[in-house]
Amino acid sequence: MSLATPTHAIFDDWHEICGSDEIVTGTGMPARVLGRQLAIFSTNEGYFALGNCDPFSGANVLARGIIGDIGGKLVVASPVYKQHFCLRTGICLEDMSVTVPVWRVNVRDGRVFVSEGER
Amino acid sequence: MKPTRLVVIGNGMVGQRFLEEIVARELALDITVFSEEARVAYDRVQLSSYFSGASAEDLSLVTPGFFAEHGIHLMLGESVQRIDRERCVVVGSAGSEVPYDTLVLATGSYPFVPPIEGNDREGCHVYRTIDDLDAIAATAKSSRSGVVIGGGLLGLEAAKALKDLGLETHVVEFAPQLMAVQLDVQGGTLLREKIAALDVSVHTGKATQRIEAGDSQRHRLVFSDGELETDLVLFSAGIRPRDQLARDAGILVGERGGVIIDDHCATSDPAIFAIGEVALWSGRIYGLVAPGYDMARQLAAHLAKDEKAKFQGADMSTKLKLLGVEVGSIGDAQARTVGARICQIDDSVAGTYKKLVLNAAGDRLLGAVLVGDTSDYGTLLQYHLNDMALPSSPLSMILPAGDGKPALGVDALPDSAQICSCNNVSKGDLCSAISQGCCTMAGLKSETRASATCGGCTALVKQVLDAELKRQGVAVNNHLCEHFAYSRQELYHLVRINGIRQFDALIKDHGRGHGCEICKPAAASIFASCWNDFVLDKPHVGLQDTNDNFLANLQKDGSYSVVPRIPGGEITPEKLIVIGEVAKKYDLYTKITGGQRIDLFGARVEQLPLIWRDLVDEGFESGHAYGKSLRTVKSCVGSTWCRYGVQDSVAMAIFLEERYRGLRSPHKLKMAVSGCTRECAEAQSKDVGVIATEKGWNLYLCGNGGMRPRHAELFASDLDDATLVRYIDRFLMFYIRTADRLQRTSVWRDNLEGGLSYLQAVVIDDSLGLADELESHMQAVVDTYACEWKRTIEDPVAMSRFRPFLNDDSADEALVYVRERGQKRPARLSEKATDAMAARIPVLETQS
Ligand code: SRM
Ligand SMILES: Cc1cc2nc3c(=O)[nH]c(=O)nc-3n(C[C@H](O)[C@H](O)[C@H](O)COP(=O)(O)OP(=O)(O)OC[C@H]3O[C@@H](n4cnc5c(N)ncnc54)[C@H](O)[C@@H]3O)c2cc1C
Ligand code: SF4
Ligand code: FES
Repeated sequence: MSLATPTHAIFDDWHEICGSDEIVTGTGMPARVLGRQLAIFSTNEGYFALGNCDPFSGANVLARGIIGDIGGKLVVASPVYKQHFCLRTGICLEDMSVTVPVWRVNVRDGRVFVSEGER
Repeated sequence: MKPTRLVVIGNGMVGQRFLEEIVARELALDITVFSEEARVAYDRVQLSSYFSGASAEDLSLVTPGFFAEHGIHLMLGESVQRIDRERCVVVGSAGSEVPYDTLVLATGSYPFVPPIEGNDREGCHVYRTIDDLDAIAATAKSSRSGVVIGGGLLGLEAAKALKDLGLETHVVEFAPQLMAVQLDVQGGTLLREKIAALDVSVHTGKATQRIEAGDSQRHRLVFSDGELETDLVLFSAGIRPRDQLARDAGILVGERGGVIIDDHCATSDPAIFAIGEVALWSGRIYGLVAPGYDMARQLAAHLAKDEKAKFQGADMSTKLKLLGVEVGSIGDAQARTVGARICQIDDSVAGTYKKLVLNAAGDRLLGAVLVGDTSDYGTLLQYHLNDMALPSSPLSMILPAGDGKPALGVDALPDSAQICSCNNVSKGDLCSAISQGCCTMAGLKSETRASATCGGCTALVKQVLDAELKRQGVAVNNHLCEHFAYSRQELYHLVRINGIRQFDALIKDHGRGHGCEICKPAAASIFASCWNDFVLDKPHVGLQDTNDNFLANLQKDGSYSVVPRIPGGEITPEKLIVIGEVAKKYDLYTKITGGQRIDLFGARVEQLPLIWRDLVDEGFESGHAYGKSLRTVKSCVGSTWCRYGVQDSVAMAIFLEERYRGLRSPHKLKMAVSGCTRECAEAQSKDVGVIATEKGWNLYLCGNGGMRPRHAELFASDLDDATLVRYIDRFLMFYIRTADRLQRTSVWRDNLEGGLSYLQAVVIDDSLGLADELESHMQAVVDTYACEWKRTIEDPVAMSRFRPFLNDDSADEALVYVRERGQKRPARLSEKATDAMAARIPVLETQS
């Protein structure tokens, strides 16, 4: 896979996290970036990253949720109270006023990078 | 053309419903509504819940933005002082004059306060508005006791409120019985006994003559034959229509009050209408909300030129829970109809009284009284309202639940049958909503409003829903989720017959999309029951529910609990010490569970493998507290020590726990073995319960504690060890193959067509010819058992998922604990925020 964004960004705000084989497809794993906790997901449709904190329980656990699709939206279900968060937008399907931060993810040379900001 | 100017006086329950009905019809109207109260309409019916925690917002009946959205002018906190019929204007208390073309009075009623001396003393209250409630609560703060004057429906409700406020409570009623309007003498007497048993003193046949200053408390009530001291007086002696505006304007009112209306809710002035409790129709005032809602609906339809719209009176049947006592009254409860016949059950042991009032022929229900048990209310009301022919033995309809009691098939109801009287929803309305895709209770409630007001019809709505879904064919309801158009049972067979071992293959061939948190764990459970592969293997790990995913139970702060297996609850002192040492080493909160074992809480995800390595080294294995699988087999001490024991219940419990440990099933499984009929292991509340007899074992199946307790049923008696195990093998496998997702054995059994005898035929007589297969399947699972934790700590791939972070080894800083009773517990939000650092133990410190 190649990086679709302009290369100059890589050196400024793309953070290398891990090897792409360190996350089993269909699961998530937590990571730390800039003092924040992220949940990085590997799916059949690529990699996604959200804030790891579940806004309903306050626990840092979204990486441990089950990945799936609801009504065509790729989601993770919070393992605590089971709300769904869209992997692309961070919006909670049960309560649209609640969102979790979304990070960009790219994979290059078998390594996973994330970057803050709008996807 | 200028829009018609519509003015509504009163924004109570009925006034608000009228506005909703009107805006739904999209007429060209310029609407103004006056609300004397400083808040918009709220649910008066649920008023008492204000004292048990509901807030004013919770009670509101108005969706935010309603008035603005529909361009309605709301005159909040302004009452109408005068109607000027000549100029067609109303004059408000703040001086505003609003002209009308059409005027609607929805002013409701006010509580009647009997004209006795001292009725205006401080600390005397009424019970109608939220402001009244605030005032009552304020007085209650400095009160020890309270008296409700009036023992009708509202009076008893008010008594509940006083009890909730912690006051010693009395009810004083003028009539010789409580709820004289709705109940007969016997019903009233039983109600009185029940209420007295709740520590509310009931004084009937007492006329209060005056209220004066008391000696030991604020007031003294003086009766013709005695007196009573109290700090707080609450009048609930009936309601009177608020018809003064109409009277002053020369509109016709009834002799005893109430604005007279016709079938279109029109008053004697054709431009003016009245609805709700202020209206007098055919000589009656309706003190209930449902008839008011119907008036609102009919009037809105009439204004929209619907010629069929007519108010035709309403049924006054009621079902209530007063102070926790169920009371129901239907139709002619007092049997006033000429020739009426009565049959009744008066069970003073059970504390129930049920009376049916029948017509002379005995085949139609004219009325009924129910006290202590209103479970038959919905059914009886339908017979009454729809004039349906009664079964040949009407008494059977009010027998305690059980065999032989005829069920009202909702199928038998005509489409016109009214199911929800508050919101006038018929069976036909429900069915059409269901056929348009509304197939949950919540959906039906928001679509049709059925069950949204008093809730009395909920059970019946659910019955209609279930029957309708069933009628429209299974397809509607047993699909696992949007990814699989199959029930769990069908999926199970697909997996087994086609030898499918992985989710990707299953969804590719038999489903669609990516799956979700419903179908993935269900599939994982089926794979495990069928093939018993390691649940954390790569193809399975993403399917597991969070608890199975980390082989531990997720706690609210994101930490986990650890539960080692302690078969039968038997443990050596050495092993007990090991658990204690592990708990100490990792600083885990330690608690004895309800399942005869020990739970260690507060482990971080990266600590789980370390803890388990220590436990496994000392001979412990996973307790599967996280899985939908066998939890514990509880035992009593049995014949080894107990002087009554007739068999070795501990040995049997350990045998069973070791046989079925790790067995994945549709829901969790619990078992117990008792050494004699004294049943100290509570086997009759378990999925599988075994009780020793002189000759062997009695087997009980399908019990449940939890949310809906169910006693297990005696399945077979005096079994020898081998037969006992064979039956349990067959039973469990049959359940695993046929149950729905997350269906405990109790619910599965309740839904099993043919019931207990069918299950006995399958398991004991092998009527399906499946017994051998079920047994050998079970044996295969038993033979392939391996402790998941042992397996995990030996598997580097599985272990890599227990890292705290992909790129960092530090612990989650959000896990903060404080000490309580010598152990740690999760810090509350407020504690995390404060700088009480002294009490804080950052988890890092406790690392081994
Ligand atoms: C630890 C324990 C309470 C205790 O401190 O004693 C407990 C704790 C939990 N119970 Fe329980 N139950 C515990 C004994 C019980 C019992 C009593 C018993 O087993 O004798 C019952 C009633 C008996 C029954 O199940 O029929 C019980 C009925 C439930 C239910 C309701 C099940 C039902 O069919 O209605 C749930 C919810 C569910 O499973 O969906 C539940 C769920 C839970 C969960 C898993 C809730 C959750 O998802 O977080 C709790 C997590 C435990 C943990 O983190 O380790 N727990 N729970 C008990 C563990 C027993 C054990 O050693 O495995
Ligand atoms: C505690 C309690 C429990 C109840 N429980 C039940 C029950 O279980 N089942 C049941 O069916 N019914 C019950 N009811 C009765 C039910 O609440 C009433 O039938 C219903 O509220 C009547 O609606 P309404 O709009 O006619 O009157 P209200 O809801 O009283 O509304 C009238 C409104 O008009 C306002 N108003 C009056 N005059 C003016 C004016 N001149 N200008 C401006 N505004 C004015 C009033 O302030 C009031 O806000 C209960 C009532 C109470 C108090
Ligand atoms: S009863 Fe409720 S709170 Fe208590 S342990 Fe069981 S599930 Fe948790
Ligand atoms: S009968 Fe009251 S909500 Fe349906």
